[in-house]
Amino acid sequence: MNDYIQFQNVTFAYEIEGEAPKPVLKDFSLNVYAGEFVAVLGHNGCGKSTVAKLCNGIELPQKGKVLVDGLDTADEEKLLTIRQRVGMVFQNPDNQIVATIVEDDVAFGPENLGVDPSEIRRRVDDALKRVDMYDFRRFEPHNLSGGQKQRVAIAGVIAMQPACIVLDEPTAMLDPRGRKDVMETVKMLNREHGITVVLITHYMDEAAQADRVVVMDHGKVLLDGTPRQVFARGETLKQAGLDVPQATALAALLQRDGLDVPADVLTVDELADAIAAAKR
Amino acid sequence: MTDPILETRNLTYTYAPKTANEVTAIREISVAIERGTLVGIIGHTGSGKSTLIEHFNGLKKATSGVVLLDGRDIWENKKEIRQVRFRVGVCFQYPEYQLFEETVYKDVAFGPKNMGLSEEEIDRRVREVLSFVGLEERYLELSPFDLSGGEKRRVAIAGIMAMEPQVLVLDEPCAGLDPKGRATVLAMIENYQKTTGSTVVVVSHSMEDIASIADRILVMNKAGLAFFGTVEEVFSHAEALVAMGLDIPQMTQLCLKLRARGFDLPETFYTVEQAHGAILACLKKEGTA
Repeated sequence: MNDYIQFQNVTFAYEIEGEAPKPVLKDFSLNVYAGEFVAVLGHNGCGKSTVAKLCNGIELPQKGKVLVDGLDTADEEKLLTIRQRVGMVFQNPDNQIVATIVEDDVAFGPENLGVDPSEIRRRVDDALKRVDMYDFRRFEPHNLSGGQKQRVAIAGVIAMQPACIVLDEPTAMLDPRGRKDVMETVKMLNREHGITVVLITHYMDEAAQADRVVVMDHGKVLLDGTPRQVFARGETLKQAGLDVPQATALAALLQRDGLDVPADVLTVDELADAIAAAKR
Repeated sequence: MTDPILETRNLTYTYAPKTANEVTAIREISVAIERGTLVGIIGHTGSGKSTLIEHFNGLKKATSGVVLLDGRDIWENKKEIRQVRFRVGVCFQYPEYQLFEETVYKDVAFGPKNMGLSEEEIDRRVREVLSFVGLEERYLELSPFDLSGGEKRRVAIAGIMAMEPQVLVLDEPCAGLDPKGRATVLAMIENYQKTTGSTVVVVSHSMEDIASIADRILVMNKAGLAFFGTVEEVFSHAEALVAMGLDIPQMTQLCLKLRARGFDLPETFYTVEQAHGAILACLKKEGTA
């Protein structure tokens, strides 16, 4: 597997005037591989959002390097290329929609890249179809639900034809259907279109859908593995202010009681199967 | 036995009435919230949840219909609406953005101060609510801006609790918090409600959170009231809830799947603890475990 984003011994602190700098990342190293879907977990303040902002040069490391497809984010001449390759989606959809009509909003990115108008038209239509929002292309964004707005924001990123999308808690403000739709869209972009996905989330069941889960604690990587490997470490996760999916938590309780249920189930369906099998 | 503290009758609110942009945000909502209960409100984005709670303390005035607090129309005397806002405390989403004082103490004391209470009474309240939100006394002299996200959220909620409202309304109190922060905030809301015996209303998008703390659940759908009942009643409408863009708790999904496989589970469960007990009991009965 090829590295797509490389964090090499990154140290980062927010500078506040008149105060001692608050260190967030200390000697942080992580490789995101091309084409993978990686979820990043961690308690509030652990440095997750900083990692997101370092991915396309919104923030720059004070020590160490961040490379995107081999390009250094500190190299100003490469910044436009890097931002075209790594798109960002944030938590609050209302803060990232700039235009008054859905399709204009999606066109905003490619317009800024200087893409040819006929090509923009094609990209906008294609991006809206991919997130299943094409029928809403002439809508005013404020008439959309939170989940729909978030999918428009994702379409705006796709229209820039990025190789990677970084999403920072994209479902935190959404209702259950909005969450499901955004997750399905993200998985589809990864699996069908090969886009590398970095998903920062507080929902354990969302992280369980990724290929790989990275757990951060105090500016460092605490755990790194498949969802099954990571969620088998319930105690470590709890100490880091996190949890496991509810199905995994129940499986662990039942196993402790002597029931023959594997401890690494992740979903309600898997748990129902396991309990039924244990009964026989 | 009914003893409603807060009641709405045929409450309707229309934004921009008689214009091309006219939108009815809530339509004919009639609910009675019993004194001393914890009510959860769920509903899809734009279903009218926020508009509804903005009527509870008179931040919005209904286009038609009334809100009764302790049996009296809150708009009966316009001059008393300020008192209504002390009696029904509303804590909005991301309340930590509204912290502004130099110290945690001053921030929490802001509401009680506006009520014109004595310094002594304010001091008592500030210290009491701090324990409700699980922060030590040493926090009182800290700047709220030096706290973690979860701590800021708790300070902001404490500021509303310090007004000792008869009804505490919290809009998405756990949004954006990590699992530990989420569990802490939920536990503190439950503890506050049990200790003070006051009425609490919580709006949330998490079916799991609502199932774990609520006595009754109010479901909004497309500006109308879809259901208002016990946790059991409301989550028995799984298909209807999914059609409304909502869901049932994960453990309830498990319960239904196990029943479909022939498990004898007489009581529906909603939380991990309930599921644990029910599944063990079921297997024991059948001699498997």
